[in-house]
Amino acid sequence: METENEEYVDFVVTARKYKTLLTNKYKNRPVWHKNKPGEVYSTLPGTIMEIAVKEGQEVKEGELLLIQEAMKMLNRILSPVTGVVKEFYVKEGDKIGKSHLMLKIEPK
Amino acid sequence: MKLIDILNHKQIIMTDLNKNIQALRDKKAVVEMGGGEKAIEKQVAMGKLTARERILSLLDPDSFHEYDMFVKHDGRDFGMDKKDFPGDGVVTGTGTIFGAPICIYAQDFTVAGGSLGLQHARKITKIMDHALKMKCPIIGINDSGGARIQEGVQALAGYGEIFYRNTISSGVIPQISLILGPCAGGAVYSPALTDFVFVVENISKMFITGPNVIKTVLGEDISMEDLGGARVHAEITGNAHFYAKSEQDCFDQIKRLVSYIPWNNTQKAKSIEPKEPSINLNINEVVPSDPKQPYDVRNVIKCIVDDSDFLEVQELWAANIVIGFGRMNGETTGFVANQPMVLAGVLDCDSSDKAARFIRFCDSFNIPIITLEDMPGYLPGVDQEHAGVIRHGAKVLYAYSEATVPKITVILRKAYGGGYIAMNSRHLGADFMFAWPSAEIAVMGPEGAANIIFKKDIMEAEDQEAMRQEKVKEYIEKFANPYVAAAKGFIDSVIEPKETRSLLLHALELSALKEEIRPAKKHGLPPF
Repeated sequence: METENEEYVDFVVTARKYKTLLTNKYKNRPVWHKNKPGEVYSTLPGTIMEIAVKEGQEVKEGELLLIQEAMKMLNRILSPVTGVVKEFYVKEGDKIGKSHLMLKIEPK
Repeated sequence: MKLIDILNHKQIIMTDLNKNIQALRDKKAVVEMGGGEKAIEKQVAMGKLTARERILSLLDPDSFHEYDMFVKHDGRDFGMDKKDFPGDGVVTGTGTIFGAPICIYAQDFTVAGGSLGLQHARKITKIMDHALKMKCPIIGINDSGGARIQEGVQALAGYGEIFYRNTISSGVIPQISLILGPCAGGAVYSPALTDFVFVVENISKMFITGPNVIKTVLGEDISMEDLGGARVHAEITGNAHFYAKSEQDCFDQIKRLVSYIPWNNTQKAKSIEPKEPSINLNINEVVPSDPKQPYDVRNVIKCIVDDSDFLEVQELWAANIVIGFGRMNGETTGFVANQPMVLAGVLDCDSSDKAARFIRFCDSFNIPIITLEDMPGYLPGVDQEHAGVIRHGAKVLYAYSEATVPKITVILRKAYGGGYIAMNSRHLGADFMFAWPSAEIAVMGPEGAANIIFKKDIMEAEDQEAMRQEKVKEYIEKFANPYVAAAKGFIDSVIEPKETRSLLLHALELSALKEEIRPAKKHGLPPF
């Protein structure tokens, strides 16, 4: 126990500080951040098959942005907001993972 | 008939019989060679034992009786009809462990990669049916490349029939799975449905989609070991319950587990000669009086159980709660204890799942539960809330409330808020509630409570910090003790630490004939 003491850290639960060890899983937990409206992330891993809009183009909420093949399905990715396409972070043929930022739209 | 003719005739019969016996032995020898010398060499090179070696190492000497050695596979397409798979890639049978009857099967990787076709599955389901009918534990050893693709949907049928039996047998007979090789795709769901999963370093590989598929779809490069190796399942996913360094180590763990659990849900586990705790620790000194200081709660368990012998389950996963088996006066008892040494002993999604499943195992198999409580509350964090800590935490409430085995709680130190209720409180039906004098049973930690109750006093004070400290102190003196709860009868007695074992033994003795009737229902709806 003596040797382990070095690894003990302060850990706050309801305003009280405890000395304790942390698990690897806790240390590696995902840090939450709020997505900005107009940032379009992938919800499945897959391949970008076709991009339907251009940078600078105006799009309406619900308009087709791109087609991503994922889980043997051609998924239509629709615009979550009305606005202007600002920047693409993927191109046709890209294989992307889950939660990958695909493009940004400047909401109007 | 002349005597000489009769003698000659007998001679002829004897010769035939001997020939038949020899033929049987030859046939068996062929099957026992599995996939043949070369395949066995490969198996050995991977650091693995063969299917039959595994069974023989696990069971009592000379107790194994093999079933269905001569079963032939069903494959007709893709040239499979011309191939012979000895035993169809799985060894099944019966035997004993410490005299307990056991049904067992082991997939044989040396035969067609241990792949599962319909007859392979039927051998498994036959021994599973046998186990359920005879009400004895079943042990499955998984070492298989997966479905035998050439058999198509027949292989899927085979898996489904196994899963169905795992489910029907659940809570009736103990089911134990060993992952001693690959176990991928649909195959993983049989172990996942069983009660205890054993994995071995460098040998066990378990995943739904393997590294190849992940690479193709995602471009993510990950090794089998990092994706679904033994350590991953023992520490991160919680899919495994026991982690071993070698196959022999794994077999020893299983034998130990089998010694702790009953043969089926109508029995109690076999009791052994009672022994006093052997650990050289003073129970008065294990738990620091400062509630913020950590310690290893397993030392408290070792001060309580017979011979200080404790079999921990899921030691590496969600280590903020400790679960496992010990014996009290020779009788198997389940322990659930918050572990202040890890994450301050909080309840979170994983530790809730871990505790709830263990409580339900104990309840199914007539094992009394002792809960040792020292917890500050639930783990704060967005990841916890979004991972559904409400739903996961509710499993603990459900499991404790549902359990009808003797339920005893000892509050060692902190019992705050929702955690106080969840950890087998009187309100969830605990039969005996003990608390040490160091217990703090309160709605939340003193700092948090004082901040809320005395918010106005603190805000209006000239020296806010001094006022806060004063109010925290006031709260601690008034509420951070076991006597407020004792005054309401929520706990039965405040006891000295050194009385713990004898009072627990008394409580267990008193509840040996406990009976609790619940309303009839098809089944409850635990928050899975």
